[in-house]
Formats: sequence, structure tokens, C-alpha cells
Amino acid sequence: MSTALIFYLFAGLTVASGVMVVSARNPVHSVLWLILCFFNTAGLFLLLGAEFLAMVLVIVYVGAVAVLFLFVVMMLDVNLAELRAGFLHYLPLGGLVGAVLLGELVAVAFAWSPGKMASSLTRAPMPDLAQVSNTQALGRLLYTDYVYLFQAAGLILLVAMIGAILLTHRRREGVRRQRIADQVARDASSVELRKVPSGRGV
Amino acid sequence: MFEIGLAHYLIVAAILFTLGVVGIFLNRKNVIIIMMSIELILLAVNLNLVAFSSALHDLVGQVLAMFVLTVAAAEAAIGLAIIVVFFRSRGTIAVEDISQLKG
Repeated sequence: MSTALIFYLFAGLTVASGVMVVSARNPVHSVLWLILCFFNTAGLFLLLGAEFLAMVLVIVYVGAVAVLFLFVVMMLDVNLAELRAGFLHYLPLGGLVGAVLLGELVAVAFAWSPGKMASSLTRAPMPDLAQVSNTQALGRLLYTDYVYLFQAAGLILLVAMIGAILLTHRRREGVRRQRIADQVARDASSVELRKVPSGRGV
Repeated sequence: MFEIGLAHYLIVAAILFTLGVVGIFLNRKNVIIIMMSIELILLAVNLNLVAFSSALHDLVGQVLAMFVLTVAAAEAAIGLAIIVVFFRSRGTIAVEDISQLKG
């Protein structure tokens, strides 16, 4: 009973904030609603017993992705009214596509049931939560069977980081920068010693 | 009604997914909102994976959800970087002006 109430609370807030993300007038408000949506989905993950993923969702999505969105939205000086134009124009088509898609997905959710073989095909059975925590079980799986995929995920993040830096990095004109390589490469020949008579200068 | 099963989570994920798709339709002009809609879609996929993982007692779904999360973070970083570069060169982020990527 209480679990059901908590589920409906989280699910309702998730859906409501999702609606606000796509319909908010101001992109900054959209990002803030997106953060609320992530938080409530993390709550749903907790209800499902995926504690580690819930915390990762809060840290990675709220702490990194949403803040990145916020930075970019605030950095770009865009005309809000102009960007909103056409919202109502596309509403009938968008609503139709959305209704069809939602109908199909809900039909699948109700009609679906696990096959007879499903329980025997379990790849990594979930251990008893009283003995092994979710984080521990996930870590054991991730660092043994899926270690190569884990490394590949790290590589993807590295490539994304280098790509983002490379794309947004720019050299400004008229700014004198310190070139450490040139400084280190100097030798004695680049230094000239002169006798300066006192009182007369060079 | 009070017994929360797999179908409940699947329906929440379906609504989130649909909201993401509809968001792409409605905000045809604003690339940033479109990217947020993509994040919503990926979040719905994650919710589906975790719900199935919990219902079938199989941890692999959660491992897969973590990889989806990684790719979503990388995609957001690269996409926002492209938007920033585009805004610098054109002064706009309206989608209809993005007909060529050539700087």
C-alpha cells in the first residue's frame, strides 16, 4: 500500500515534470524541470532495487549533464519568443504521433508476459539482497564479465571529452600567450651581454 | 491498482518516451529543447531496462542501463559543444538555419 503510494508519487512527478520540460516557455525552466524529472526517476530506480543506478543517475545526470545544459542555455543569448513560434502549429501532428506511439507502447506493456524459457535464460541472477548489496553485485559483474565493455565505455567518455574540448577551443587574436616550449628551447646564443657605460644607457 | 508490477513501470517509461518524441515535434526551432527531449527518451529506455532487470531478476539489464547512461552523457557533451560552436559562427540556434554544417 505505501509502496504503491510512493510509486504513484514518483511516477506522477516524473510525468508531470516531463510534460513541463517540453512545454516550458523558458529553456532555463525546461532544464530545471528536467532536473526534477531525473530526481524522480532516481526514486523509481530505488523502488526497483537498483540503488547504485539511482545514485549514478543523480550524480551523473543532475550533477553533470543537467548543469552542462544549464551552462549552455545561459551562455547562448537567444531570442526566446522567436524560438517558441510554431509550437501550436505542430501540436496536432505531434499529438497524433504521440497518441499512436503511446497507444502502441501501452498495448505492448499490457500484452507482454515473460516466455516459458525466460527464467532459465537468466544471464546473471540477482543475488540475495540480504547478503550482497546491489552495488557490490553490479561491481562484481562489471569488473569480470563486462570488463571490456566497461573499458570501451571509458574510451567513449574520453573521446567525447577530447572532442568537446577540440570543438569549443579557440585561439583569440591579440592575446599574448606564454609559449613554454620556446622558453625552454632558448640557449646561451639568444642572450647578449653588453657593457653599458654608466650614465649613458645602451 | 495497489499491486505495483512490471506493467506500471513500463507505462511510466512509455509516457516518458512519448513525451520525448512529442517534444521533438513541438519544439522544432530550439535545438537545446530537442536535446533535452532526447535525454528524456534515453531516460525512458533506462527505466525500461531497470524495470525488466528487476522483474526478471537479472542484473545484466542494470549493466546495460549504465552503458546507456555513459553514451547519453557523451552525446550531451558533444551535442552541446557543436551547438556552442554553431552559435559562435552564426549567432543563432534555430533548427531551420542549420542546413549545412560547413563553418
